[in-house]
Amino acid sequence: MWALRRDRQARWQDPVRIDPAPSRLAYRLDRLWLTPLVRRFTRVGLPALALALAVGLYLKDEGRRTHLASGFAHLKQDLQERPEFMVTFMRIDGASDPVAAGIRAMLPVELPASSFRIDLETFRATIAQIDAVASVDLRIRPGGVLQVDVTERTAAILWRTPTGRLEMLDAEGHRVATLTAREARADLAVIAGDGAAEHVQEALTLLAQARPLAPRLRGLVLVGGRRWDLVLDRDQRILLPEANAIAALNHVIELDRAEDLLARDVTVVDMRNDYRPTIRLSEAAIASLRGETVDETRVNGQ
Amino acid sequence: MTDLYQSQRAMRNMRQAAMQRGVTAILDVGTSKIACLVLRFDGPELEREDGLGPLAGQSQFRVIGAATTRSRGVRFGEIHTMQETERAIRTAVQAAQKMAQVRVDHVIACFSGAHPRSYGLAGDVQLTEGQVSETDVARVLAACDVPDFGQGREVLHAHPVNFAVDHRTGFGDPRGHVGNRLAVDMHLLTIDTPAVQNLLYCIKRCDLELAGLASSAYVSGLASLVEDEQELGAACIDMGGGATGISIFIKKHMIFAESARLGGDHVTGDIAKGLQVPVPVAERIKTIHGGVHATGMDDREMIEIGGDSGDWEKDRRKVSRTELIGIMRPRVEEILEEVRAILDAAGFDQLPSQQIVLTGGASQIPGLDGLAARILGQNVRLGRPLRVQGLPQAATGPAFSSSVGLCLFAAHPQDEWWDFEIPAERYPARSLRRAVRWFKDNW
Repeated sequence: MWALRRDRQARWQDPVRIDPAPSRLAYRLDRLWLTPLVRRFTRVGLPALALALAVGLYLKDEGRRTHLASGFAHLKQDLQERPEFMVTFMRIDGASDPVAAGIRAMLPVELPASSFRIDLETFRATIAQIDAVASVDLRIRPGGVLQVDVTERTAAILWRTPTGRLEMLDAEGHRVATLTAREARADLAVIAGDGAAEHVQEALTLLAQARPLAPRLRGLVLVGGRRWDLVLDRDQRILLPEANAIAALNHVIELDRAEDLLARDVTVVDMRNDYRPTIRLSEAAIASLRGETVDETRVNGQ
Repeated sequence: MTDLYQSQRAMRNMRQAAMQRGVTAILDVGTSKIACLVLRFDGPELEREDGLGPLAGQSQFRVIGAATTRSRGVRFGEIHTMQETERAIRTAVQAAQKMAQVRVDHVIACFSGAHPRSYGLAGDVQLTEGQVSETDVARVLAACDVPDFGQGREVLHAHPVNFAVDHRTGFGDPRGHVGNRLAVDMHLLTIDTPAVQNLLYCIKRCDLELAGLASSAYVSGLASLVEDEQELGAACIDMGGGATGISIFIKKHMIFAESARLGGDHVTGDIAKGLQVPVPVAERIKTIHGGVHATGMDDREMIEIGGDSGDWEKDRRKVSRTELIGIMRPRVEEILEEVRAILDAAGFDQLPSQQIVLTGGASQIPGLDGLAARILGQNVRLGRPLRVQGLPQAATGPAFSSSVGLCLFAAHPQDEWWDFEIPAERYPARSLRRAVRWFKDNW
């Protein structure tokens, strides 16, 4: 009945869509597709799974893996060795020749080399280990220049080590270099004694104060790691206290100016007790003071 | 009675599950169309101190999918051809799902036919503790005398309408009141069991689970009566395609519902017979040119009927609009007189306020309110459903008042009998569940 009437009815209805109802299967599939879990799995899980499977199958072969790895390494090398990244020479500013030579010897790679292969931080740390270098600044300038800006330490004083070597120290007491001959740096004063390197600052202050005595000054000796002896020529010593050493030194200088103290036959000026400055005369002076002739045969210092 | 508790309770639990999942479908199985709305629940709305919320308390859900399809296999609001109806339901549900882009598993359905019949029940109990507690409410509900509504009838709604403590009456919620005697008036609506089972079967065939069932007269009253009409007393006439639902509300409770097995389809049938045209043509003529009041102008307005018979004379027929109105008016009058008879039988004229609200697809006939005022009384207005969030413009007309009402029913169901606990003495004496219940109450 319905089939016979369909043509006539279709004029008043949509002629294509006679029965819009979905079939039971279509309805169920539609509902399945609207289930969030199924949807998420199909949209994300399935493609991810397929991708993982494809990649896994491709990489299963050992030869392909090595080929891939070598290709990658080759690509990386190609990129790093492009002329834009190459360092052709090293320029060192602010360093003396021996230090510059040392820095050149320290460069871990042979120039020209790719800038990727130069680890600036490590290289900077290596250079900073040189005693003569106070600070160093490294950078790669455009044009493939490795620029090294070095600030050297300046020697402020010489230190006679307990083993007898002569070391140059800077104002902070840091070693600069070893000196082979005292004459090479006649302008610097000498200090001696165990641990004198840690007290360079005090020594420099004392030396500045002792400028009136400079022509006669031979050096400073740290005694017991705590106080200084000022050693003059003719084996004269000025024993300074641990505290107020500068005041004691000024005292001696004033005495010298007023009384010509150090020009006399004095071996030791002992300022360790500031209530009781003491001097020790030489034996000859004592003898002449007592009216005796000096026994020239006696061993000096007995 | 326990069976009823079980099935209705199962539906309520299903509704809870649907609310928790956040998505529910609404299915209005009508004679002329099947509408499916997909609702998304956004959780409970903000409580306000005065108990009112924004948008009359329906802001907690939103319509995210809507679809309508021509109904097939439904007559007088009852399922007539199962397969056809099932396919129509499937079409509507699939289209609504597609619009919502979400899968729905729970559906709340309503239908207009199946001979609804109202019963007023009364029950009273003595209070043991001098104060009304929740168990007392359950006891008084259980104490109602259930009338013998015969074989093959099922309870669809059972609303406790009014509670009375001693001789004080008019309580909506008697809990906490002090007194000696608690009485209740309950409204019970029964329908034919086979109609429900057919609908259940169709919905089950669509892989859906029924989370609630309502009478279409009741839910269209919820949607198209405004709050004070529900409070003061009003009747909602839902003029559908195959059946006209009548529900009477007072104090925000339905106190009567009935269905007249007459509707817009009968008007269409009359036109088809009277003008000798196919039913789809008659439907089209009715919706475009229909009316119930003829004027002089209508004599001159000629309507091309058209035809496909091949006979030139027959295919070039014209009728005046007056003739069309002459066919339609007696049938519409008949429907309204039937409604009048039902309202009289229900005692509607005893109510303090006698507002009548016409809604449903057939209420869109021009001039219907004037005709209805002559037959039903002066307080007649045309009602449109409440506006709900997200409802498409095409679904805001009076034809969708039961769909919208079903949305409100889904969001805020009124308390029914089965929402209260079954009193302990109703259980079989040596029930294991009774022991479990005692255990639960005391631990």
